[in-house]
Amino acid sequence: MKKTKSRLKRATFGDWVIVVIMLLLITTCILPVMTVVATSFSSAGAIMRREVVFWPVDFHTGAYADVLGDSRFMWSLAWTAILTVIVVVVNLIMTILIAYPLTYDSLKGRKLITVLVVFTMYFNAGLIPTFILYRNLGLLNSPLVLILPGMISVFLFIIMRNFFTGIPSSLKESAEMDGAGPLYVLIKIYLPLSTPVLATVGLFYAVGRWNGFMDALFFLTGRTEYHPIQLLLYNVLNNLVNVEVMDPGAAAAPGWGQAVQAAAIVIAMVPILCVYPWVQKYFVQGATLGAIKG
Amino acid sequence: MEKGRKIHNFASYMSRHWALYVMLILPLAFFFVFSYMPMGNLLIAFMRNNILVPVFETPWERWVGLDNFRQAFENPFFSRAVRNTVMFSVLDFAVGFPAPIVLALLLNEIKFKRFKRVTQTISYMPFFLSWIIIGGLAIRMFSPTDGSINNIITNMGLDPVPFLNQNNPWVATNVLLSVWRHLGWNTIIYLAAITGVNPELYEAADMDGATRIQKMWNVTLPGIRPVILILFILTMGQIMGADMARFLALENLLVRDVSTIVPIFVWRWGLQGSQFAFTAAIGLVMSVINLILLFIANYGARKFGGSGLW
Repeated sequence: MKKTKSRLKRATFGDWVIVVIMLLLITTCILPVMTVVATSFSSAGAIMRREVVFWPVDFHTGAYADVLGDSRFMWSLAWTAILTVIVVVVNLIMTILIAYPLTYDSLKGRKLITVLVVFTMYFNAGLIPTFILYRNLGLLNSPLVLILPGMISVFLFIIMRNFFTGIPSSLKESAEMDGAGPLYVLIKIYLPLSTPVLATVGLFYAVGRWNGFMDALFFLTGRTEYHPIQLLLYNVLNNLVNVEVMDPGAAAAPGWGQAVQAAAIVIAMVPILCVYPWVQKYFVQGATLGAIKG
Repeated sequence: MEKGRKIHNFASYMSRHWALYVMLILPLAFFFVFSYMPMGNLLIAFMRNNILVPVFETPWERWVGLDNFRQAFENPFFSRAVRNTVMFSVLDFAVGFPAPIVLALLLNEIKFKRFKRVTQTISYMPFFLSWIIIGGLAIRMFSPTDGSINNIITNMGLDPVPFLNQNNPWVATNVLLSVWRHLGWNTIIYLAAITGVNPELYEAADMDGATRIQKMWNVTLPGIRPVILILFILTMGQIMGADMARFLALENLLVRDVSTIVPIFVWRWGLQGSQFAFTAAIGLVMSVINLILLFIANYGARKFGGSGLW
């Protein structure tokens, strides 16, 4: 307490200038969220009369009732959650399977494999050849297209490999001396020491899947029931899909659509807003680990 | 004798490493199928083949050499898409590159530790929101008929500002939203670099009676110069790799002339318009340009900073 006081006293004019600039920055992050929350709780009439700014006018929860009552929206939320869990598990396993063997200096072909893998980060064939491949493989309009093509991110592979390389190799060598094989060393020694990097990489995959929609937009055009939440939201915001409303009379009022769209945005945004403050330290770790060159 | 020892060596090598090769089977198959197999399909760029006949069944007369490429460069809509892509790259770079450096310098000067931490956490928030959600927030803020900012403006008796529905304001809004989204996140690497600056330099500067701004300019900034240089060059290398999701989320019918960048053009004409061969040629050109830029950037990074990408 005393310390804070003395620090405040010592603060100069320059300190307060910086604080004001930072408060402005924070404001730009908070106001858009406030405005969308305000719209979602406001009446159609108030929206049309331009009365809604950053606080609800004529507070009501009808827009949420409509969005949460729409079976497509609720299914899409559940499906995206299921998909995210599957993707995190599958991607983590695949990423471990490539990162761990490539930490063995003695592995023949290690250099070649690394070059071939890293090259894919810098050159890709593009949308059309990818589309032709998925068509030939039968992945078009299959939910697997949301899982299989993204199983390994080269960037996250490099983060994980760098972390594994930092584990003292004496641990590995002494276990091998006792006759342990690579799989045993991976499961009993490497993975228990790697929880920070597993959390980091897993969370990157999770946020990527939760926020991802372009794969579905390109390759799942005929199967709207497998559209992840972001694509459904994109379609709702562009009026390509309309949320089913409970009271058609109220819904006919101009402005109601805006309230429903705002409620849909809030519902899609809340999971990320709740999670990111608690997990951001892992992302920061990842961003600094990834800076080490591949 | 010699041969026998080789076989023995190989056998003992494999007895220790076979499990590693087994682990690599699935990941290598993944990269082969999803990264290298599409490259074979690039051959369609040299064909007249919009019904996707398999490569080996394509009759000779359908191979048209560079015809698709010529067609691309004669297409006025494609030229416009190229112009838009270059325009956004330049604007993003001009505003988006210096902004996080300035913010990192300011964050570093904050004396109140908890306030600094809260500011940082909040500034990371936009990075975690998808472009679709940011697009939705932008409409709620900037819509000419019912956006909050325009509500404030019209309630003061002024005319609404067309943030999203005229070409030039839309470009500015788009660039600023992108800077806003990445600003906090991109400070991480600079803040990490700042912690590595030798504290004795600050003490020496204090002894000389340097002001805070002089210390920022003469100690902190030169201290993180190598990081700035590397990121400058790397950003140059990715300059044509525009984020398609951003343009999908923010575009609308009124600004199509400036919002169509090359990847969006490829999607509309290729997947939606079934002009597969022509757009595959465009995709190939873009990928090659990106690769060349990256090689130049990497060469630059090695030359100036000592360590490149690979």
